[in-house]
Amino acid sequence: MGNSPDLGVNLGRIKLRNPVLVASGTFGYGEEYSELIDLNKLGGVITKSITLQPEEGNSPPRLAETPAGLLNAIGLANPGLRAFCERSIPFLEQFDTRIVVSIAGEREDDYLRLSERLNHIKRIDGLEINISCPNIKGGLSFSQDPNKIFSLLKKLKRASEIPLIVKITPEAVSPVEIAQASKEGGAEAISLINTLIGMAIDVEEQKPLLANITGGLSGPAIKPVALRWVWEVSQNVDLPIIGMGGIMNPEDALEFVLAGAEAIAIGTANFVDPWTPLKVIEGIRKYLVRKNIKKFKDLVGKLHNRFSES
Amino acid sequence: MTLLYRNFLFEVLCWRRRASERSRENRVEIFKKDDIIWSMYLIEAPVLFNKEIINKHYLMGLFAPEVSQEAQPGQFIHLRCTEQYDPLLRRPFSIHKVRKDTLEILYKVTGRGTSLLSKKREGERINLLGPLGRGFKINLSFTSEIILIGGGIGVAPLYFLACRLRRFPLTVFIGAKTKEKILGKEDFMNQGLKVKIATEDGSEGFRGLVTDFFFSQFHSSIGAIYACGPVPMLKEISNFSLRHNIFCQVSLEQRMGCGIGVCQGCVIKGKDRYLRVCKEGPVFEAGEIDWSKISLQGR
Repeated sequence: MGNSPDLGVNLGRIKLRNPVLVASGTFGYGEEYSELIDLNKLGGVITKSITLQPEEGNSPPRLAETPAGLLNAIGLANPGLRAFCERSIPFLEQFDTRIVVSIAGEREDDYLRLSERLNHIKRIDGLEINISCPNIKGGLSFSQDPNKIFSLLKKLKRASEIPLIVKITPEAVSPVEIAQASKEGGAEAISLINTLIGMAIDVEEQKPLLANITGGLSGPAIKPVALRWVWEVSQNVDLPIIGMGGIMNPEDALEFVLAGAEAIAIGTANFVDPWTPLKVIEGIRKYLVRKNIKKFKDLVGKLHNRFSES
Repeated sequence: MTLLYRNFLFEVLCWRRRASERSRENRVEIFKKDDIIWSMYLIEAPVLFNKEIINKHYLMGLFAPEVSQEAQPGQFIHLRCTEQYDPLLRRPFSIHKVRKDTLEILYKVTGRGTSLLSKKREGERINLLGPLGRGFKINLSFTSEIILIGGGIGVAPLYFLACRLRRFPLTVFIGAKTKEKILGKEDFMNQGLKVKIATEDGSEGFRGLVTDFFFSQFHSSIGAIYACGPVPMLKEISNFSLRHNIFCQVSLEQRMGCGIGVCQGCVIKGKDRYLRVCKEGPVFEAGEIDWSKISLQGR
């Protein structure tokens, strides 16, 4: 390997070749983007949330652009567990990258059944528990109560051996408490953050730009908020963090790493520039060389050392 | 995977060639299946020219050999209008014209994205993703008259289509608010095509909506209708074609996210499910769409 820095990082039992993943909902199940970038180069793919049954999603319009941001109210449109297993898993299995499957539901039982079924698939490296979709009924309910997420995770641990990652929203009553409950419940990592809830209005028509009225805000507009939560949670909870929220370039990614994220995920940027994940990997590599840091891991949470005495 | 895909594409291309060699009596369609996806490219395309042709309407030429050679009429390209993050998303533009290595888009400045695009100069590069979406279906057995109807900026994809349909009897209807706002008339006429104009104020051609003009000229030997324009216009034409049982395709517009079928953001209501404008469209058959669910607010 010579002078090339070691980009490897572990999220509990999940070993990543490099710290760059693609965020759930912004990469589908990999098929479309595989025509534009080499999935083998990614640290991992977090697939779009699946539910037990196919979901058609919310009424259009589902998207609205806001200053440096994107509001969406897709509503978990997905082909359902069965189609996912039949089509997407065989597709993703062709690639040498980590596969993290995002699952969503309305009730505890939905998550349990999903994880039981997925437990049989060897190539799945992690389950991301989406308890923070703002666009469906009850989508946020698990985020309002640390006890609820603790008990859900306990049951999921029994149902499946796949490492669990909890996706946390800043809309939660207390993201730090939810993260702590996730750790106690047996999660091996957390994803921070899901979208913030927002809205936009067409003044001429005097109606909301989204049929759903409100939606999840993503993109550069939310980056400072995401960074703050990575900083705060990483100081209080000893669990690896996948940092995400408005990462557009290597510098953005490095901010998350310095704030305490073991790994980062590219989301909305995939829509803007599908090469972003590869550019970020390359940018991190160059940064480590320039700063003469041998291991990426040594960079994680570096900001904490500076402020640990204060 | 890539190899498999190349083979598949090669087969499709061979198959297409064979298809075009067959006689016109055989009912052979260029697109046999609905889900044929052509290669897409992500490139930095140099701007060849970018000029205002009428008030707020621009014609831009881009050097993009791979894209122009694979593009089909009705497909679109997804452009980054700025290197900055605001406005954040790409903007979709239907392909207006294709030459060997270049393609042209005809666009109207409607917001911040298109405004930034209109300021691009010759030699600047634009990040281009394309060609994308499902284009117009062309039936090689057409013998009866084909009608193209463009409303306002909706003429943009029809010129490319007209070039591919030149050997068929073709009539182009163009609708505009006023004489000054008529788009593409000379281009179509230079191709030797019959052009009929409707203006809302009557300053040229038929006075009124292009739909009413077309309906008044309708005759039974029309074999196919292709249309692009405001939603109310497309709805009327679609319902008309369904009533008269004429093959009709319309090209729709919708705000898009990824442009390649991933984000599910650009859907419209189809007969039994949501359809992604970027993937199942932007060209749809009249009967595929649930027109009662489409909002009529003009764009």
